[in-house]
Amino acid sequence: MDETMKCAVGDWVEVRYVLLEPADRAANLPADTAAQPLLVWMKGFARAEAIVGEDLSIETTTGRTVTGVLTDVNPGYTHTFGRPAPELTHVGRDLRARLAVWRKGGE
Amino acid sequence: MWAGTCGRGSRCGARAVSDVASRTEAILARKGEIMKRALGMDYSEFERSPIAFDYEGMMAAHGYSLDQITAIQAAAGVGSTPLLELHNLTDLVRSYAGPGMGARLFVKDECANMAGSFKDRRASMSIHAAKAKGYAGVIAATSGNYGAAVSSQAARASLACIICQEAFDSRHVGQPEIIEKSRICEAFGAEVIQMTVGPELFSHMLELLDETGYFAASLYSTYGISGIETLGAEVAHEITALTGAPPTAVVITHAGGGNTTGTARGLRRAGALTTEVVSASVDLSGLHMASDTDFNRKSFTTGHTGFGVPFATWPDRADVPRNAARALRYMDRYLTVTQGEVFYVTEAMAKLEGLERGPSGNTAMAAAISIARDLPRDATVVVQETEYTGAGKHHWAQLNFARENGVEVRLGDPRQSVPGRSIVIPERPEQIRAVEMDLGKLRHSYVRHALAHAGEGYVPSAEDVAFLAADTNSTPEAVEEIVAGLKEG
Repeated sequence: MDETMKCAVGDWVEVRYVLLEPADRAANLPADTAAQPLLVWMKGFARAEAIVGEDLSIETTTGRTVTGVLTDVNPGYTHTFGRPAPELTHVGRDLRARLAVWRKGGE
Repeated sequence: MWAGTCGRGSRCGARAVSDVASRTEAILARKGEIMKRALGMDYSEFERSPIAFDYEGMMAAHGYSLDQITAIQAAAGVGSTPLLELHNLTDLVRSYAGPGMGARLFVKDECANMAGSFKDRRASMSIHAAKAKGYAGVIAATSGNYGAAVSSQAARASLACIICQEAFDSRHVGQPEIIEKSRICEAFGAEVIQMTVGPELFSHMLELLDETGYFAASLYSTYGISGIETLGAEVAHEITALTGAPPTAVVITHAGGGNTTGTARGLRRAGALTTEVVSASVDLSGLHMASDTDFNRKSFTTGHTGFGVPFATWPDRADVPRNAARALRYMDRYLTVTQGEVFYVTEAMAKLEGLERGPSGNTAMAAAISIARDLPRDATVVVQETEYTGAGKHHWAQLNFARENGVEVRLGDPRQSVPGRSIVIPERPEQIRAVEMDLGKLRHSYVRHALAHAGEGYVPSAEDVAFLAADTNSTPEAVEEIVAGLKEG
């Protein structure tokens, strides 16, 4: 089994739980939001062995106990810079050239 | 205790739906009591009427002088950031401005603070207060740089820290800028509660304050706003030392109002009475801030009109009984810019000035480039903040994410962009043109909100009218006129 699918006691993990079902949510929400449960993802140290999808209690960073469904083991971050936007790649070249021309022509 | 004591998450799985609904209402009903304990401050002593309160008395209640705040921040690694003149951007503006026009552009590089933004100034004071009052930890509800600032300062002060973030839509797709904020808060040892879209973020924060007994490190407390005053004072002193006069204009990215309020108060304290206070926001009109589907169709998570307008026209919608951030009291102008203009300026800042910074301060920079064009060459325009950038926060990441979520990105006239549908990147710097917001309309809206909150049939006293005039940077006569107009319906 993939090591991100199963945790041992003390592993750094992520759980998900429902904070509010749709019926319990605040009044005056837009319809698209009101139709959804309010979900929470939290990280902490596993209090038991579990497989992704199973219920698990964790000890949070501040020492609280929170219970949810195990969603990830040793969760990381994958956000990036990505590729440059083609609409912006020319900006530096063009503006530097423009400044050079203007400065050459005198103020 | 809410979390972990009775089953799944922080609610009891066995409870009936109606009980849970009433639980949310019950916690909101206890907001006053919880916040009084969590802020260590009784706001009721400043109330004067259903409309008026003693704003200056409230701001002074913590007892810290500006010099003391400066010293507290210096010890916390905050403040005294570099003021940089932007010679290349200034010349770029002069290359297309009219003869003799094109003000000198400056930026205060607030990215140099501990956690990478001016929010460290706010957080340093909140954490100092929490420590001095003996709290074991702090809690803040924020998806912005403030979370990083609170987490960093809390780590230095050995305080526990919980940050509540609105991070995902219901598909578990996260705005990359907010995912980066989650990462940096966790990097500083904070417990981060990542939630889906919804205003219940704040009722959950109340539950956590009630459970833990921690300090409410609110963005809108007097501590936080006082902490920004040092920024305005630094700008005034540094520009005066450099040019012999206070800045002509200071441009401030505006969301909840703290940045405008604190900076303007600091400018005044330092004697910069002639400086024009210009607030600037990204135009996100038409997008609903509590909408699950609109959430990932915006490329800016703060500094936009979705916060800027509601908080200017009713500041007391905040999580404290009375908001210390009251932007309308201080702004001389309120400008909007488009997402495309800010991304273009972000790229230009990196390539022309060697400053690779995040979108927040560059919102004000886009507005500053617009107004500098219309000012003489001896005028000075200061953008008073930058923020860190990086994976997720970077403008490439934002534009890629916009495309993935169905937003069209193209070159053209930025005026043609439609928030949530298109981002139009300028083809030339001449196309950067901020749009003036009508402050008269914002003042009218503020007075309408104030009367509505005072209750039906309440007749404002002379003291109320004077308060409303001060709170809207207006005159008693102008307020009387608005009140009379509202009465006629």
